[in-house]
Amino acid sequence: MSDTPDILTPYARSLGIEIADESGDAPTLLLPFSKIAEGRPGVLHGGATSGLLETAGYAALRVALDRLERDHRLKPINVTVQFLSAAKKQPTYALGRVTRAGRRNANIVVEAWQDDRDRPVATAVMNVLMTTPD
Amino acid sequence: MKEVEPTVTIPRNQGSSRAATSGFDPAAAAPLLLSQNHGGWLGLRYRDHGEDWAELELPWRADLIGEASRDVLASGPIVSLMDMASGMSVWVKMGEFRAIATLDLRVDYVRPSREGANVIGRAECYRLTNSAAFVRGIAHDGDANDPVAHIAGCFMAIMGQRL
Repeated sequence: MSDTPDILTPYARSLGIEIADESGDAPTLLLPFSKIAEGRPGVLHGGATSGLLETAGYAALRVALDRLERDHRLKPINVTVQFLSAAKKQPTYALGRVTRAGRRNANIVVEAWQDDRDRPVATAVMNVLMTTPD
Repeated sequence: MKEVEPTVTIPRNQGSSRAATSGFDPAAAAPLLLSQNHGGWLGLRYRDHGEDWAELELPWRADLIGEASRDVLASGPIVSLMDMASGMSVWVKMGEFRAIATLDLRVDYVRPSREGANVIGRAECYRLTNSAAFVRGIAHDGDANDPVAHIAGCFMAIMGQRL
């Protein structure tokens, strides 16, 4: 068993999301460009971008909770995605930051970028409910 | 400003009784728009549409679940479903298929969908201006009065085109 919590859901693996870097506070995820993630020809589908952002958001929270030795079942409350520019035929990265983790809910911000880390292609804000495991 | 052609050619109304006033017919466009790329991978299907709304269905599939222990669709595919239904509602309201971009999309997950259930997404373009289109909608798993999610989004025309 790996020490890191399981941060890739069956959906995330199916879409092709990978862990690119685990050295930071939260894991940086990677979505390679592929036919199944493509929307308009040559452009990443907004749904695939959102899926990557949400997965990176949960990953950031999982790792933060793991560090605190807290075990929760996570339930989505909401997500708001801002699409800043069309994501092109390139790998897309995403990294989340837990802005607040209370006892019952967490607020997370996530950024996705391609070749330039300082020019995000999309950002997301997520609210997540943390319940005790069944 | 140079007009940008849509990237695919969408059939115009051809004998459809629905939305006869609109130059964009989701029923006719769906096979082309939904059969390929991300929408094709998710298996999105056309269900219905009106003058300013469109309804699509996302079939349940084992490899799209959000937790290994529960047969519930992940939230990602639901965003994809609602993004696509939203775009279609904008095109049907515009009466034209033009390149549009999602500016933002908010999804409130009011309850988990039932295990093994398909999810139906219905989006309505409630306001169209020269530069923006405003959309709201719901996702449900059988009963439209008991949604699994509510959405609100904003779309814009690409490359200086007017909506």
